[in-house]
Amino acid sequence: MSTLPEPIHARPVRRPGRWISAAIVLVLAAMAVNALVTNPNFRWDTVWLYLRDVVVVRGVGWTLVLTFGSMALAIVLAVMLAVMRRSDNPVMRGVSWFWIWFFRGTPIYTQLVFWGLLSVLYPRLSLGVPFGPEFFTFSTQDVITAFWAALLGLALNESAYLAEIVRAGLSSVDPGQTEAAKALGMKDGKILRRIVLPQAMRVIVPPTGNETISMLKTTSLVLAVPFTLELTYATNAIGNRIFQPIPLLIVAALWYLLITSVLMIGQHYLERYYGRGFDGGATGRRGGGRGPFGRGRKPSKQALIGASGTTKDDPFLEVTP
Amino acid sequence: MTPSVKPVEPVESTDPMVTVRGVHKVFGRGHDAVHVLRGIDLDVERGSVTVVLGPSGSGKSTLLRCVNELEEITAGAIHVDGELMGYREDAKGVLHRLHPKAIATQRSRIGMVFQRFHLFPHKTALENVMEAPVQVRGLSKAAARTRALELLDRVGLSDRVEHYPAQLSGGQQQRVAIARALAMDPELMLFDEPTSALDPELVGEVLAVMQDLARSGMTMIVVTHEIGFAREVADHVVFMDDGAIVEEGRPGDVLDNPSEPRLRDFLAHVL
Repeated sequence: MSTLPEPIHARPVRRPGRWISAAIVLVLAAMAVNALVTNPNFRWDTVWLYLRDVVVVRGVGWTLVLTFGSMALAIVLAVMLAVMRRSDNPVMRGVSWFWIWFFRGTPIYTQLVFWGLLSVLYPRLSLGVPFGPEFFTFSTQDVITAFWAALLGLALNESAYLAEIVRAGLSSVDPGQTEAAKALGMKDGKILRRIVLPQAMRVIVPPTGNETISMLKTTSLVLAVPFTLELTYATNAIGNRIFQPIPLLIVAALWYLLITSVLMIGQHYLERYYGRGFDGGATGRRGGGRGPFGRGRKPSKQALIGASGTTKDDPFLEVTP
Repeated sequence: MTPSVKPVEPVESTDPMVTVRGVHKVFGRGHDAVHVLRGIDLDVERGSVTVVLGPSGSGKSTLLRCVNELEEITAGAIHVDGELMGYREDAKGVLHRLHPKAIATQRSRIGMVFQRFHLFPHKTALENVMEAPVQVRGLSKAAARTRALELLDRVGLSDRVEHYPAQLSGGQQQRVAIARALAMDPELMLFDEPTSALDPELVGEVLAVMQDLARSGMTMIVVTHEIGFAREVADHVVFMDDGAIVEEGRPGDVLDNPSEPRLRDFLAHVL
């Protein structure tokens, strides 16, 4: 490296506003903490006691199962729906459109009630030839238990929203990528799985993380089924029993907050993974700089130039006709 | 399908590698229809380099995209290595559109290089080159890797194999794109304005790789505005205007003694 001349030494711009705002925020925060801690009505001893209660922790478990189970099912359905929506086949497009229209257009609460009532509406389910003989018959109550009704209800509703997110992601990928893959002789399924979807994930992951966090709280609606083991129902039941609803609401809120924080960390890593190759080399070479928060290898020169924001890094700005 | 690594050698057959006959292409229908190709006839001999010149909108790129079925032609026929592209003709002479999988197989024998590279941004240079041999030909990862390293070395990028496309210059990206196309051992290479999106100082490195490829006996169709490349490397130069071939012949004849006023006009603007 060539020798650098004496760098500029100058006094920074004064920013008194920062100090003033910091002081105001500090005072407000202290007031808020004081108001929370010193108020006996919150009953922090009760909160602490029930935070570790076995029924509450089991409720957390069921909430997690419902959240991840319904999201997993919804993601699989959503990818299928999004691909159908973009298909050349008008029947597939129509089915996908109808599904999204219906499940987005009716309230989740109503859908959950209907899933719960399925065994009343259709006491028996059977497999067989449509309008013809039946081979197997089950009692609906045995197959669609409250848990499955809750899971299916949440998943089907969510799939309609996620389908639109996936569709936006697929549309965000440069059509040139599909063409290049076609020109190499790749077939449609492979192009989707290996080329388009991995790039679409950059766009799909952030709103899907949002949906997952939203789903965590939506699971409290499954009391409509009724499914009564998840966190909100469990804490409400205890709160009503001991005539202290507020501490138990705080218990539930703290658990939701904790799980959301963990989900946000997970999302951070997912975004990193699917952003590889896109952030102008900020992740460095493969295998380098993959540490949690940017520690690791020195970023590339191009990444630093890009990060400075003084140049427009678009190789296609000038293209001869 | 054999996953063998076929060296590029002139094939015994003396039939042209590509024959284009009476090809028309119309985009859209009704009032919005645009007639882009208006009866193209063209032969590309085995092991030869054909350069297609012409003003923008003359249909050069469309012609190239029709050859590997990225566009479906409206009328006419294209044969590559004696095989009708996109259709099967039965004994009664009735045409049947090929299944997309069969078309994918036809395309896998034709390499294509795009103006804007279209490298897969989520894959390293090496992974870009390995993708099709592994996924289409079913080559083992180890074999594909060895071959990909060879090809990246051939285009002068052996020190960039682990880089992502965003970490490469335009010229380097285009050379990776050429290596990626060569990894399928194509019998024909199509170049769609391969240097038009490059900074002027990066054009040379890409043209050098293409010239090297031409010397090795690869059959190539190149759409470009690089007259110097046409003069030095091309065996055959085609000038298109308004969807038709207006003049064609040996580069010396076409470029130095153009008989067609439109070509004279075009050359005056490009040079």
